[in-house]
Amino acid sequence: MTATSDPRAPDRQPTLSTMKLPIYMDYQATTPVDPRVLDAMLPFFGPDFGNAASRNHAFGWRAEEAVENAREDVAKVLGASSKEIVFTSGSTEAINLAMKGVVEMYAEKGKHIITSESEHKAVLDTAKHLEKHGCEVTYLKPGRDARTTAADVAAAMRPDTVLVAIMWANNEVGTVNDVRGIGALCKERGVIFFTDATQTVGKIPVDVEADHVDLLCLSAHKLYGPKGVGALYVRRRNPRVRLVAQMDGGGHERGMRSGTLNVPGIVGLGAACRIGREELEAETRRAIALRDRLEQSITSRLDHVHFNGSREHRLPGCLNLSFSYVEGESLLMGISDIAVSSGSACTSASLEPSHVLRAMEVGDELAHSSIRFGIGRFTTEVEVDYAADRLVEVVRKLRAMSPLYEMVQEGIDLSTVKWQGGH
Amino acid sequence: MAYSDKVLDHYNQPRNVGSLDKNSTTVGTGVVGAPECGDVMKLQIEVDGDRIVDAKFKTFGCGSAIASSSLATEWIKGKTLDEALEIRNTDIVQELSLPPVKIHCSVLAEDAIKAAVADFKAKAQENAPKEVVKS
Repeated sequence: MTATSDPRAPDRQPTLSTMKLPIYMDYQATTPVDPRVLDAMLPFFGPDFGNAASRNHAFGWRAEEAVENAREDVAKVLGASSKEIVFTSGSTEAINLAMKGVVEMYAEKGKHIITSESEHKAVLDTAKHLEKHGCEVTYLKPGRDARTTAADVAAAMRPDTVLVAIMWANNEVGTVNDVRGIGALCKERGVIFFTDATQTVGKIPVDVEADHVDLLCLSAHKLYGPKGVGALYVRRRNPRVRLVAQMDGGGHERGMRSGTLNVPGIVGLGAACRIGREELEAETRRAIALRDRLEQSITSRLDHVHFNGSREHRLPGCLNLSFSYVEGESLLMGISDIAVSSGSACTSASLEPSHVLRAMEVGDELAHSSIRFGIGRFTTEVEVDYAADRLVEVVRKLRAMSPLYEMVQEGIDLSTVKWQGGH
Repeated sequence: MAYSDKVLDHYNQPRNVGSLDKNSTTVGTGVVGAPECGDVMKLQIEVDGDRIVDAKFKTFGCGSAIASSSLATEWIKGKTLDEALEIRNTDIVQELSLPPVKIHCSVLAEDAIKAAVADFKAKAQENAPKEVVKS
């Protein structure tokens, strides 16, 4: 853990001439492994290779100790106790375990689930699976700002509601839901509350007690840890939440998730959570400053730019903008030395624009024109300025060849145009 | 998604971007697609006799849509109206090595050519000396 390995060290900050291309600005998709996290993991690929379940020799003890230390670090960042942490292969597995595990365990209590249209596919597809197996699912429509509130959930509650699954923060637009309010409501009604906090942990404060969360998932690779490892928080008291395991085997993780533990990955997750907790405040300030600098730099030079999400309730490092009259994929092509994401259909094989932007009812036209910028721990001011300059340049170029922009300049109201064809 | 070199070339140096006077009797304009579908192409032709002497386009769409319309203008310039109508979307797919998910871009380009020619012909019809129609 040497200070010089930190790319943020002052002597390593790039200038325009030393800046490396391409620039990574897609931190909601994944994050680079923090060098300090990598340092913590390396011994477990080498001399400390033991199986954490080997109870009768030093190799096993060393691995088990490392896993338990990591469990403490994960618990701490959530305000939980270490016994409430189940390691998994990532958020998708944790989501499957949480939702299917609850439905199976509490089948007698009811079969109604409440979730939202703006959830990640891992939650939506698990809900669809459960529907096929007899559950009834209410898909809440989020507001124009993508936010789900306690009132939204309350309106959908039924006597047989067994699970509420609402994400903490949205991965596409960065909107932070009213988790505390939803948690309090669920607690009052005796309904289990699961929240997908994949985008949240290490980005904004999380406290499973104050926020009344019963189940929560997180993934290491979204917080500067390795891919392929994550965790599920399972409340143990007040009330105790029980799950039916979805993976049978050696009874690891107190029977909730069998399979030999991914010791290096878990150590990395622990280190990532520790750093995330210790540096949360400074990092939040930094990310907000860079994000606002980026937005300001873009919107001060371009008209017809739409902000997607919530101004009030949002993640620090996420900025989702729609550039009217320019299609998202062609925009990505023009800024190919900057890694960002688009909600345009053309970036997916399905030809359907982002389901989140659709749920928010921003209109398909603006969904096709949307770009998500993800700012994170290693983003620099020089990169933000460069990205803004390139983007402004390419948007201007594409608008110059956009028939829509031309029509608008001529004073035509596009909503009155009768379009031919299309798909 | 990886783009073919030809798509990249047309995207980076689009041919014939611009507009012709849509009110001119020698200009045919085709606008196809819809904003909510993520692509709109405007293709215009200037016709002398039955020959296309100039072509311009503007496209809102992905890189493949831009490349398809750019290529279409390149191909139709100098052709007669009938020759232009013979261009098939599959020719565009082949020339640009478009993957299956981008075939609709080539279809739109073919539609844009047809729409521009149809618009020109309709105008020519309108401006032609009216024949007396016997009832």
